[in-house]
Amino acid sequence: MDPNAPIVIIGAGQAGMQIAESLRHEGFNGTLTLCGEEPHPPYQRPPLSKKWLVEGGSAASLAVRGPAVLERLKIVLKTDTRVRAVDRTRKQVELSDGSQLPYDRLALATGSLPRTLPIPGASLPGVLALRGIADSVAIGAAIRHCAAEGRKIVVVGGGFIGLEVAAAACKLGAEVTVLEGLPRLMSRVTAPVVSESFARLHRSHGVQLVFGAQVAEIVGYEGHVAGVRTRDGQEYPAGCVIVGIGVDPDDLLARSAGLLCDRGIIVDACSRTSDPLIAAAGDCTARRLPDGELIRLESVQNAIEQGKSAAAALMGRERPFVAAPWFWSDQFEIKLQMVGLSRGYDQVVTRGDLDKPAYSAFYYRAGRLLAVDSLNRISDHMQAKKLLDAGLSPTPEQAADPQFELISLLKARDATAAGA
Amino acid sequence: MPKITYVEPDGRAVTLTLKSGQTLMRAAMEAGLEGIEAQCGGNCSCATCHCYVRPEWLDKLKPPSEDERLMLENVAAERRPNSRLSCQLIANDSLDGLIVQFPDRQS
Repeated sequence: MDPNAPIVIIGAGQAGMQIAESLRHEGFNGTLTLCGEEPHPPYQRPPLSKKWLVEGGSAASLAVRGPAVLERLKIVLKTDTRVRAVDRTRKQVELSDGSQLPYDRLALATGSLPRTLPIPGASLPGVLALRGIADSVAIGAAIRHCAAEGRKIVVVGGGFIGLEVAAAACKLGAEVTVLEGLPRLMSRVTAPVVSESFARLHRSHGVQLVFGAQVAEIVGYEGHVAGVRTRDGQEYPAGCVIVGIGVDPDDLLARSAGLLCDRGIIVDACSRTSDPLIAAAGDCTARRLPDGELIRLESVQNAIEQGKSAAAALMGRERPFVAAPWFWSDQFEIKLQMVGLSRGYDQVVTRGDLDKPAYSAFYYRAGRLLAVDSLNRISDHMQAKKLLDAGLSPTPEQAADPQFELISLLKARDATAAGA
Repeated sequence: MPKITYVEPDGRAVTLTLKSGQTLMRAAMEAGLEGIEAQCGGNCSCATCHCYVRPEWLDKLKPPSEDERLMLENVAAERRPNSRLSCQLIANDSLDGLIVQFPDRQS
């Protein structure tokens, strides 16, 4: 294998850019092409549902790295470039303009696509979903327009994106209703106590929350969205509807090319796919955990860490992603920081003040710490991250006791190790 | 347009000209410096833009907010009295000549 034979990266988001940069840091000197469908160089998406949505700004202000970096690292960025197919036999990718791009090794960082509502009216003008800069601009404009005209906004989905957009819309002066199909907010990822804190928060800012809402139809009037009808016959008037019901990994190219996929491109901890010449990173992947389960994470950390792993893998090295996953969300006055994977928990204990709120929820399975959600409890989050990375677990009693210093467990272990 | 010098973990020094109002994190990311990750993009949520400020400059900086202070208490690298998060440091002309150093690790 010629270590400097050309590498192509499909997808120019946070993960694609990380792979490109890390390849150079790993000593790759060959031709490196980064293909992205959007007109922008790689940019950070989290602000699109938060600060950037409220305050606006330039696309350049979101850039992961400045234009000079791409030049210096000799990363050939092809914007507005869609890849139509990957031909693993000929080792080339086919671009939408019909041209071919040969590769020796390939990285997939194709990201995810927002789920759409399979109901009548879902494609009416004024029904919007968030993925890229253009979507955030459109959503911001629609919210401002509705706020100015005194029209309501309906957000479908009470998950992170839906709630962040609801908070942003509120700040822009719009009246917002969130329709959630399940009985509580963010139910897929948090315990009921956390959902309850966020429900109180949003209601205190005037956001109307409707639970158990089965959306049946988007109602139009004169060719534009006018409201949402639920299965129980309720109608919620709306000048625009924002759909935030989750994303699906964009693994179409990989599936068509015959790579192993299961709702995401299957990768190991080192970001290797079922083809030794192809690595994958970010939202498009489903990572095999040591217990055999597949996990999909949609986060910046995942894009960055898997991106580093993918670059190493393409250079024939192993750099597994083993750190505890972490995630954050800002909604009104709550800074939420999450670390670990709470799936399968059988016990939750809280630490701190639930009313304020300034507390953390500790998730346990069989007495062992799995994950911690911190609401305005920065120290808990930072310390929990260190404990989980070190494989240490406070007892539920210790976690619940605010006088108990969590980090003392790490200090005690380090002291023992030093003394041994 | 203050000039600020960043020292990478391997000791290389890079001097950048910042716009007033720009954060030290943003300028470092745009320039592609290697000692910074800035995973949260300037939200004071991740502490992966940690830097050490040359002690003589410390009192010229706005002191850390409560949030920043709490984040700094448990950064991945060694916490020092001159530890700051570069996403919370905003450039202005009085910081011309400032030197900051990135730690050996951010996460």
